Amino acid sequence: MDLNEIVRTRGNTPDQLVGVLRDLQKTKSRNYLCDEDLEAVAEAMKLPESHVYSVATFYSLFSTKPRGKFVIMLCRDVPCHVNGAFDIRDALETLLQINMGETTRDGIFSLEYTSCLGHCELAPVIQIDDRIYGNLNKQKLEQIIADYRRR
Amino acid sequence: MEQIEYKLLTRRFDIIDALSIDDYIAQGGYTALAAAMKMKPEEIVEEVKLSGLRGRGGAAFPVGLKMDSVRKADSEVKYLICNADEGEPGNFKDRYLMEKDPHQVLEGMIICSAAVGAHKGYIFIRGEYTRSIYIMSSAVQAALEKGFLGKNILGTGHDFEIEIYTGAGSYVCGEEFALMLCIEGNPARSTYKPPFPTTEGLFGKPTQINNVESFANIPSIISMTGAEYSKIGTKDSKGTKLVSLCGNVVKKGLYEVPFGVSIRDVIDGPGGGPLQDGILMVQIGGASGPCLPPDMLDIPLDYKTFADQGLSLGSGAIIVIDRRFGVLDIVRNTLKFFKHESCGKCTPCREGIYHLLILFDKFILGQAEQKDLDTMMQLIETVEQTSICGLGQAAPTALKTTLHYFPQAYMSGMRTNRSRVI
Ligand SMILES: Cc1cc2nc3c(=O)[nH]c(=O)nc-3n(C[C@H](O)[C@H](O)[C@H](O)COP(=O)(O)O)c2cc1C
Ligand code: SF4
Ligand code: FES
Repeated sequence: MDLNEIVRTRGNTPDQLVGVLRDLQKTKSRNYLCDEDLEAVAEAMKLPESHVYSVATFYSLFSTKPRGKFVIMLCRDVPCHVNGAFDIRDALETLLQINMGETTRDGIFSLEYTSCLGHCELAPVIQIDDRIYGNLNKQKLEQIIADYRRR
Repeated sequence: MEQIEYKLLTRRFDIIDALSIDDYIAQGGYTALAAAMKMKPEEIVEEVKLSGLRGRGGAAFPVGLKMDSVRKADSEVKYLICNADEGEPGNFKDRYLMEKDPHQVLEGMIICSAAVGAHKGYIFIRGEYTRSIYIMSSAVQAALEKGFLGKNILGTGHDFEIEIYTGAGSYVCGEEFALMLCIEGNPARSTYKPPFPTTEGLFGKPTQINNVESFANIPSIISMTGAEYSKIGTKDSKGTKLVSLCGNVVKKGLYEVPFGVSIRDVIDGPGGGPLQDGILMVQIGGASGPCLPPDMLDIPLDYKTFADQGLSLGSGAIIVIDRRFGVLDIVRNTLKFFKHESCGKCTPCREGIYHLLILFDKFILGQAEQKDLDTMMQLIETVEQTSICGLGQAAPTALKTTLHYFPQAYMSGMRTNRSRVI
């Protein structure tokens, strides 16, 4: 789907702005919205660019900087914290050879923190794309990363 | 041992296929709607009032009163919003309600729409809940096909449509004003109140906004009558509570209990007890909730008992933290959460939390002095009293309650250990 199609299916009323940005970001291989995207959305939705920019930079599911093909989001809130989330962080950083907030050189993975993902009964939890992975340990993590590498 | 769990909202969980409306109907689903459609709007509201149901999203406002205000509001256009943003760390109950029995939530919303006179409803689901979004969307479609939603519901002339709205990641979006601003296509920055949503809500129209669990209670209340429902629970807290139990317990998970059971009952009963290191403290409700020491765990889940101690039950999470962790580490995590999630609109929250964290770190480094403690106490008060929305108002709760219940943790962070922490 391109932007025109997204706006056509959703309509260009203001209540569709967040949805349009979501759908558009999903079509991008680097998981982010660039300046041109935001300009185009403003034009299509008949909204000021500054407004679109303020919305796109407010919500954590949007990024205005290029990210990896797969964004690994690690929950760091207390229920995950006390179930070893920071050991999972260390394992992820070692596995991917990057720090939190960085993207691997091949552009495949980014590592980010996130607030609670609402799956605390499975703590510690990460999310990759739309999928949740819980009850993590080092072995499970290695398997998951290997699976994504193969995609 | 007396029965700890009580299955009312969860009674169909894993018995029915969530994607099958026929399963739901076979288990008595949508009979409450049929009954409600034969009642006058004020009769429906009266049943909800009699039930004593209070909002399950955290603020515990009586649902019947809210419905009554919206019903009486003079407007052609009214809205209904189901708050499924569920961003409070430690909570996952609304996800279970949506994914395991979606029609129970829909039925509750449809009954309310008839009572208050709303023709359009939104279910605001956090963007991370992709499965909930899928299941609720399918349920809406199935209800439309059966004539429980859409035009002329069950031949009564009442019209009601529901749109699923997907959030984009922001804790403050769950706050009702911020949530409505998000639907209107803005950054989710809350605003001064009044007016309240019941008079000026979404797009400036009267709006009934309630939590998923609040709506899920409505069909049971109509089916069993408000008076019968009010026999469950305690004098001041009616019905059951879904508890998201997590942290360091043997069996993390969702449990439904009647109000009145104690925190310890939940942890030791269905939760299977704490892990081997033993309990350091328990945080109630989520990041915005109080941290209680082990000797306070016998207090019952009850709005009044909590309020009498200056505490809040919040949305019902119980987060167990064991002795492998330090009090200050947990509080620091909580403060960082609020610093990150503050929308930045008002000064006490934006700057206050930032400075609380700077002061707090002096305790972590063992360099705090009496004046830091005094400043911190004052600042806690300021942030609580002057922030414009509930995020800022509740942000210092973990800090404040641990200062109170775990003074020794802070004492050991002071240069001279002579100071007194209240
Ligand atoms: C920062 C913040 C986050 C909130 N998040 C939620 C939420 O995720 N879900 C919810 O139902 N209520 C949330 N609330 C409470 C809502 O503002 C509102 O009180 C609630 O949706 C009303 O429904 P109820 O009366 O049925 O609880 C939040 C409040 C604040 C201050
Ligand atoms: S209290 Fe915090 S989150 Fe709420 S409006 Fe003020 S800055 Fe924003
Ligand atoms: S705290 Fe990590 S999923 Fe809730």
